[in-house]
Amino acid sequence: MDCYDVAIIGGGVSGAAVARRLSAYKLKTVLLEKEADVSFGVSKANSGIIHGGFHHGKKALKSRLEIKGNLMFDQLQKELHFPFRRNGILVAAFSSEEMRTVEELYQNGLDNGAIGIELCSRSRILSLEPKLNPDVVGGLHAPGGGMIEPYQFVFSLMESALKNGVRLMTDFKVSKAEKRGDCYHMTDATGRTVQAGWVVNAAGLYADEISRIFGAEEYDIIPRKGEEFLLDRNASAFTQRVIFPVPSKVSKGMLVIPTVEGTTMVGPTALIGDDKEDKSTTRGNLEQVFSSARRMIPSVSEKDIITSFAGLRPVLEGNDFYIALSSIAPRLVHVAGIQSPGLTAAPAIGEYVKDLLRKAGLVLEENPEYDPEIQAVPRFRGTEKEELDRLIADNPAYGEVVCRCESISEAEIVTAIRRGHRTLDGIKFYTRARMGRCQGGFCTFRILQILQRETGQSIEDLTKRGNGSYLVSAKVGDMPVEEMV
Amino acid sequence: MKIEKRDVLVIGGGAAGMAAATELKKRGRDVVLVERDHVLGGILNQCIHNGFGLHHFKEELTGPEYAERFADLIHEQHIPTHLGMTITEIDTREAENDQKARHRVYGFSSAQGMVCFDVQAVVLSMGCRERNRGNIGTPGTRPSGVYTAGLAQRLVNVEGYIPGKEVVIVGSGDIGLIMARRMSWVGAKVKAVVEIQPYPAGLTRNIVQCLNDFGIPLYLNHVVSEIRGKDRVEAVEITPRDGSEPFVVDCDTVLLSVGLVPDTEVAKTGGISLNPETGGPLVDYRHETSVPGIFACGNVLHVHDLVDYVTEESIRCAVSVDDFIGEEPAGMQIDIHAGANLKYVVPGRMILQGKNHLYMRSLIVSNHSEIQLTAGERVLFSKKLRHVQPSEMIGIDVPEEILKDIGDGDHLEVHLKEMNHE
Repeated sequence: MDCYDVAIIGGGVSGAAVARRLSAYKLKTVLLEKEADVSFGVSKANSGIIHGGFHHGKKALKSRLEIKGNLMFDQLQKELHFPFRRNGILVAAFSSEEMRTVEELYQNGLDNGAIGIELCSRSRILSLEPKLNPDVVGGLHAPGGGMIEPYQFVFSLMESALKNGVRLMTDFKVSKAEKRGDCYHMTDATGRTVQAGWVVNAAGLYADEISRIFGAEEYDIIPRKGEEFLLDRNASAFTQRVIFPVPSKVSKGMLVIPTVEGTTMVGPTALIGDDKEDKSTTRGNLEQVFSSARRMIPSVSEKDIITSFAGLRPVLEGNDFYIALSSIAPRLVHVAGIQSPGLTAAPAIGEYVKDLLRKAGLVLEENPEYDPEIQAVPRFRGTEKEELDRLIADNPAYGEVVCRCESISEAEIVTAIRRGHRTLDGIKFYTRARMGRCQGGFCTFRILQILQRETGQSIEDLTKRGNGSYLVSAKVGDMPVEEMV
Repeated sequence: MKIEKRDVLVIGGGAAGMAAATELKKRGRDVVLVERDHVLGGILNQCIHNGFGLHHFKEELTGPEYAERFADLIHEQHIPTHLGMTITEIDTREAENDQKARHRVYGFSSAQGMVCFDVQAVVLSMGCRERNRGNIGTPGTRPSGVYTAGLAQRLVNVEGYIPGKEVVIVGSGDIGLIMARRMSWVGAKVKAVVEIQPYPAGLTRNIVQCLNDFGIPLYLNHVVSEIRGKDRVEAVEITPRDGSEPFVVDCDTVLLSVGLVPDTEVAKTGGISLNPETGGPLVDYRHETSVPGIFACGNVLHVHDLVDYVTEESIRCAVSVDDFIGEEPAGMQIDIHAGANLKYVVPGRMILQGKNHLYMRSLIVSNHSEIQLTAGERVLFSKKLRHVQPSEMIGIDVPEEILKDIGDGDHLEVHLKEMNHE
């Protein structure tokens, strides 16, 4: 069996960013993902904020990478066509004490070189966001902040990496690793083996376990749960910019987030837990989340909730990123503790890891065939009528609406499947189908039929997100029926 | 882009749209019907149980049979129909200044591309959609196996797949009850139906025929307080609302029958005002919305419990559309408000001279009550009702002449009065 030059463990935003960066070189790279698709772990539940570079001082690695990563997004969007809007961030202060913290944030921003950062008076901040509670006393405006859809970003990074020769293996959970000569031999639970000379551990919540499997540094990743509420596209709480409260020592607080797709998110909570699989939501947080959010934007309403979800942040002691070459296991790089602002920092993390590898002795020779662009998928929604008429004439599948709430056509579903997303959730994150107000009530079966047609799988074998998440039990007539007495 | 010029565009080819279209055609109007699915009939097509048509056809039909009667009429009358067509926008800007302005409505299909309908009137009959888990905020994990009852009904009845083997149903709405029976028939075990209210949300006949006959336990005044399971549903926690201890029921499937809401997305593009109580458009006694020339009927207006009432209402709406095109004057109208013990009243305006028909939904369960129509202190009309409950719509005919002395200054209200038991 061939030995890959580099194996990346984990297909979240960090792993995908590293994979794409390395694909610019003549390397054989493989990405191992334990789930059925990339972006199914920590990255899936990310809020999607491109941070403005003022929350932390320059000393932290995460702060330096945040600033650098932020500046890379315009170019990345040109190449990868993911939805991205630099709509800016506001921090709203409601007391003179909070204003003092805002001044510290402002100083952070100046030190970090955050573009256009601005201290706001009451009237200035209200003119920037008229929906703010009129009790606001002032705040901060970071015009360099913005929004993306996290999973679409990860998918596009991965698609670009695949296009440039990286191999992706899904459902591959590394359970054993052995060094034989220059190669690590990695085995998954089903006995599949992959060999690679260098390993990048970007395993998110499980980076500590992977480190242990490789006999490298001992550390613990602590899951910190965040619960968010998604509001309807028509919610009146939709703001122009991302609205932050003044942060506390432990968290950035409860935000009002206008997503790049026109919905509103409220949250996230921050609860330290001990179960890395516990993504359950609770009722208890709802009131706290909404009352905090309403303090900033009074029109935030529970009535607009479409759904809620929870994600887990992989937190290391000290709260900073840990990106370094292992001093115990040779040729292993840790990319651990990538919590907020990991999404913003991801492109810079890719760069940083590439430099670490080069310094450690990996030979990087430019790949002459490297093409940074992937093909854009025309989206039905937001397309002008005349343009849509032409799209349908070229490809009638654009004339078939599958998801009526988010206006997703059959053509987009088919593209998602052909680009490798073969679960309901994978298709949802790629296209937004089932993400709207009906949450799949009308379109779920249509999507299953298209999946069946495109992949040849039977409906019984299709899943929500891989593993045991099957969707139907049997065909009518195939289940024994108890006789009624 | 194609332009299609007609008298009336009917949006939605379910029970409401088909009834409105056939009635308009019968009255000689040039009507076009648009349906986003590739067959007519809407949700009727998946309702393969019987009980439809008792009022309208005076016989008992299944949902698909009921739909077929109207679909046949549509074909016989040669009503132009676009299937697989989605309407994206109703452009009513011209109507802002000119009451008689024509409307432009945009739609598309794979067969036709974009089409612009240039019409005098529009009938909104897009039906409703199901409320889902997010709307009721059920906590827990997010595994597969959580379906709305309507989706499960489609899986079983139209596509031939059984969503799961051990089922808990949340909510005792009619679709949930009917699915409890249906799931039992295909071999699944329905372990509980859980209703938050102290009384059932569905029709009494469905409680008897779908739960009692199958020995399925109904937990009134209980909630599903948590959904558990990593990949697939593994169990639910059920909590009584009287403060007693929660208990856990193992299951692989959760079906949600927690109410329906009018599907008003297209209506909103036309700037139509909505009634916060029904979730549907605000309409006057002619079923005309806040935008002249745009009418609404069926479940997009308010959620009905019997399809026969949808048909009845939609025919009434079509008559009004015919009058509108024929430039029949609308007559003097006055606002009517829902008062005590009523969730809503439809329409929101009554005509002073002529017959009015009001639909209401009760907030209470009572065996001895009276509907009262009042103007201030004066009771103008009352009608005794034998049994009312929130799941059963109340429809009353208000006789002519009753409003003849009513003027602009009067506050008209309809309420439900509980009478003393004798």
